[in-house]
Amino acid sequence: MVGLRLVALAYLAIILLGPLAMVFWRTFEHGFHNFWSTLSQPSTVHAFEMTLLITAIAVPLNTVFGIVCALAIVRKRFPGKGLVNAFVDLPLALSPVVVGLALFLLYGRGGWFYHLFADRGISILFALPSMVLATVFVSLPFVAREVVPTLREIGDEQEQAAHTLGASGWQTFRRVTLPSIRWAVVYGVVLTTARCLGEYGAVAVVSGRIEGKTETATLRVQDQYENFNLAGAYGISLVLATIAVCVLVAMTMLRPREGASAR
Amino acid sequence: MSIVVSGVSKRFNDFVALDDVSIDVAGGSLTALLGPSGSGKSTLLRVIAGLERPDAGTVMISGLNVTGRPPQERGVGFVFQHYAAFKHMTVWDNVAFGLSIRKRSKAEIEKRVAELLELVQLDGLSKRYPAQLSGGQRQRMGLARALAVDPEVLLLDEPFGALDARVRKELRAWLRRLHDETHTTTVIVTHDQEEAMEVADEVVVMNRGRVEQVANPRDLYEHPASEFVMTFVGQANRLGDAYVRPHDLEVVLEPNGATREAMIERIVHLGFEVRVDLVREDGEPLSVQLTRDEAERLELDSGQIVFVRPTRQTTFS
Repeated sequence: MVGLRLVALAYLAIILLGPLAMVFWRTFEHGFHNFWSTLSQPSTVHAFEMTLLITAIAVPLNTVFGIVCALAIVRKRFPGKGLVNAFVDLPLALSPVVVGLALFLLYGRGGWFYHLFADRGISILFALPSMVLATVFVSLPFVAREVVPTLREIGDEQEQAAHTLGASGWQTFRRVTLPSIRWAVVYGVVLTTARCLGEYGAVAVVSGRIEGKTETATLRVQDQYENFNLAGAYGISLVLATIAVCVLVAMTMLRPREGASAR
Repeated sequence: MSIVVSGVSKRFNDFVALDDVSIDVAGGSLTALLGPSGSGKSTLLRVIAGLERPDAGTVMISGLNVTGRPPQERGVGFVFQHYAAFKHMTVWDNVAFGLSIRKRSKAEIEKRVAELLELVQLDGLSKRYPAQLSGGQRQRMGLARALAVDPEVLLLDEPFGALDARVRKELRAWLRRLHDETHTTTVIVTHDQEEAMEVADEVVVMNRGRVEQVANPRDLYEHPASEFVMTFVGQANRLGDAYVRPHDLEVVLEPNGATREAMIERIVHLGFEVRVDLVREDGEPLSVQLTRDEAERLELDSGQIVFVRPTRQTTFS
């Protein structure tokens, strides 16, 4: 048992903690100044704003979609259900670059939807809409994948009981189903958020990477790296990593406290 | 408060769960739906509650056709075999659920929930969560929750099936007392014939999606309408074309014209009663029920050859 634990810890250290520690070390190797000067550049600030904005749009959308989708997969019977179930996983299997390319073909010149928006003066590609679409696509499965097994496990008897006690569909969802799946939803949201913050490939294709306009934090890292501002690249990476770790820690802090009072 | 089910059919893919079922449940009565698993009894209860939509037929509750209505508009209380407790709510909140859905005043909810928790003897446990209760306590909570909304009819789906024998017996007696006090029209589903006979005024025996017989417990036992009821409700031996209850067989030591020979295989002492398992000459098993005194007088022993004679038998055409 002790041997196994050591192997697991060593593996985690080499694969996860090593690179993170390296980023941390490189960021502050030449002092705090470099770090701060990159982060305070208007283009960097804007890149973070873009990332947070896209995340703030994509996460609620995918949370609602994920819950509705999970309810449909577990509780309803309809033709094509197997297909829906399989398609939810598609973004996990598809390379983000392919997703980006698909959006490009769909909304670009000659694409099916090009005239629909271009004629009305709405730009999709090289602008926020395509970046949101790409991010929503790649982060779609996480909430549904977390909620589906939990819904299966709790079964539908509690919901039936609520119905017989006079609760409507919405009341049953809000007062019985949602509280029962809340931790699966929270976990799904955390994973979705992490995926949105870290998205690179699909957004890289559709955004055009215009500095100060359509550049997200991850694109900014690449940009700084290519321009030989390594300390800046490390600094932005560190902030991204810190946000992700904070989200995870916040979740684990919340969970046992709530769980203890509810059981 | 009566329930009238007419011509209800329900299929699940190829399986016929209910086949043209009609029953009348009188207002204020306690009726049991009795049958083996797969007989359709639970499906029938769920159709009455609106949890299952029948393919054909109608359901009337208190003279109102409710066939197309969802469960929340039927005024039924439903108790589930596996409790279906709201796991994230306290006992108090579980019981208060129906009332708070109906937007009753806080004072009214307080009063009613306190009353019900006292009735089901859970008044000290109102702040507990379902996971902290025993099975029997959880089911009493389930009953209080169903009763809180003053249902027109109370429907119980194998409510004591998941409990151990002693608790089951206790709750059964308690349910009967509760019914005698409240007179809420009650339908209980069970596969346990003893439970049905003990608790119900009227028993509906079901088999393969059809109603075999509707009768009070005594008539059901004394005048079974079919071979199925004869063998499912109480024990029965088969003698040629006739069926004989184990206590309607006389055991004698000497043959006479009407007796048949059999060998004692096993004698089981069950307190006041003694069960004797026999094998007939043709290899068919027989079960006889004697009082302890009779068994002692005959001085029976296993391996012994005796002679049996039916004192009362039933034949079905």
